[in-house]
Amino acid sequence: MISFIIDNMPRFLDGLFLTIQLALFSCVLGFMIALPVALARLSKNTVLFSLATGYVFFFRGTPLLAQIFLIYYGSGQFRGFLSDIGLWSFFREPWFCAVLSLALNTGAYTSEILRGGIAAIPKGEIEAGKALGLSWLLRLRLIVLPRAIRIAWPAYSNEVVYQIQATSLVSIITIMDVTGVARAIGSRDFTFYQAFGVAAVLYLVLVYGFLLLSRRIERRLSRHLNRDTSEAPELPDVAAGLIR
Amino acid sequence: MIPDLQGYGWLLVDGLKMTLFVAIASMLGTLVLGLIAALGKIFASKWVRYLIEAYTTVVRGVPELVLLLLIYYGIPTLLQDSIGAMGYDVTIPINPFVAGIGTLTLIYAAFACEVYRAAYLAVPLGQHDAAQSLGLPPKIAFRKVILPQMMRYALPGIGNIWMVLIKATALISIIQLPELMRNADIAARSTRQPFTFFFMACLLYLVITLVSMFLQARAERWAKRGIFEGAS
Repeated sequence: MISFIIDNMPRFLDGLFLTIQLALFSCVLGFMIALPVALARLSKNTVLFSLATGYVFFFRGTPLLAQIFLIYYGSGQFRGFLSDIGLWSFFREPWFCAVLSLALNTGAYTSEILRGGIAAIPKGEIEAGKALGLSWLLRLRLIVLPRAIRIAWPAYSNEVVYQIQATSLVSIITIMDVTGVARAIGSRDFTFYQAFGVAAVLYLVLVYGFLLLSRRIERRLSRHLNRDTSEAPELPDVAAGLIR
Repeated sequence: MIPDLQGYGWLLVDGLKMTLFVAIASMLGTLVLGLIAALGKIFASKWVRYLIEAYTTVVRGVPELVLLLLIYYGIPTLLQDSIGAMGYDVTIPINPFVAGIGTLTLIYAAFACEVYRAAYLAVPLGQHDAAQSLGLPPKIAFRKVILPQMMRYALPGIGNIWMVLIKATALISIIQLPELMRNADIAARSTRQPFTFFFMACLLYLVITLVSMFLQARAERWAKRGIFEGAS
């Protein structure tokens, strides 16, 4: 086992790098999708509301694997059209399709988390902003977003944990992330339990490492509240029936 | 607007049946194993509690796909290597059906354990006292007084687990179990119309989600019958 780890560590580290990269890119992109979607879901404009609701319903109601296949293999059906508008070179790349599907997926879940955070802001604070004469954009930037992020942070860090784990699915479209490396090494040397065992440990380190970091961020976000949040890291909100 | 499925429609229907079967079987396993784990976490001795804690911590931190592959490919090779070391040469076949249901049960029982535990803690203490003052022995008090109320608190969480579990069954297509995703993949490859078939598969998952949402709302309403809201 020890020689197995030493021999294959460089490849696993490459995989780990790719996993972190995919999680980071898709979370950032997903957040950028989620914010307008959450605002559209809260808006009174029927068209915006229906579009955003349809998007959230589709991406939360279908498996991520189906979404990855739909984008990676499905785009092949529209190859002519995609080449015409110059996008085929993107959809041909597994890495691009992986990031796109992961981002669209997490964007749907994140928008619901953000929507909950925004809806939980006391009305008085937004009215205070209006009374100060702040424009809609300024209110969003100075009042709504900072408050919503603070309220939604525990739920959002839970989503990031799922996102880290979800990246493992892209190994199916030939990407060499931690799972992809484990599958390649396992089937080459017939060392399945060692390879997947190492992969599992790497994900555990990544997930609980992130949760430790997330606790620090949470403490920082609510430092003015003087609350003690220095407990051991734990997956939050599972107990509340919110596993995703 | 109905696309031409070129006779592969029945393959999708067969896949849907398999998906539902695997999901329901895993859900039943999850409910039972989760309850056992939760009871262990609440009542058992310190070492058993640590063991269950380790199980839920590990399972919730490892991707489902990695656990599935570890169980499907890893366990047979581990057993073969261990038995091989003792001088016997055997091959241990593992069926994708068993591996799939086993993995999903193992994963979601860890989540169900947390749901049950939170539900147990949500039952007001007065209910325990009331059961005791009626002279009910602890085991009967748990079964007749606490457990039914626990289930009401657990219902939203259980529904949530079902929604996640039904989508997680798609992963079992990776180990070639002919469920919805796998059959859509077969149809997509032979017709060269991947978008059509994966989109049809997505629509079928959406139908399952919609029906589940409807049933969950009904179940929650049913469980709340006779409970006066607001008088907590």
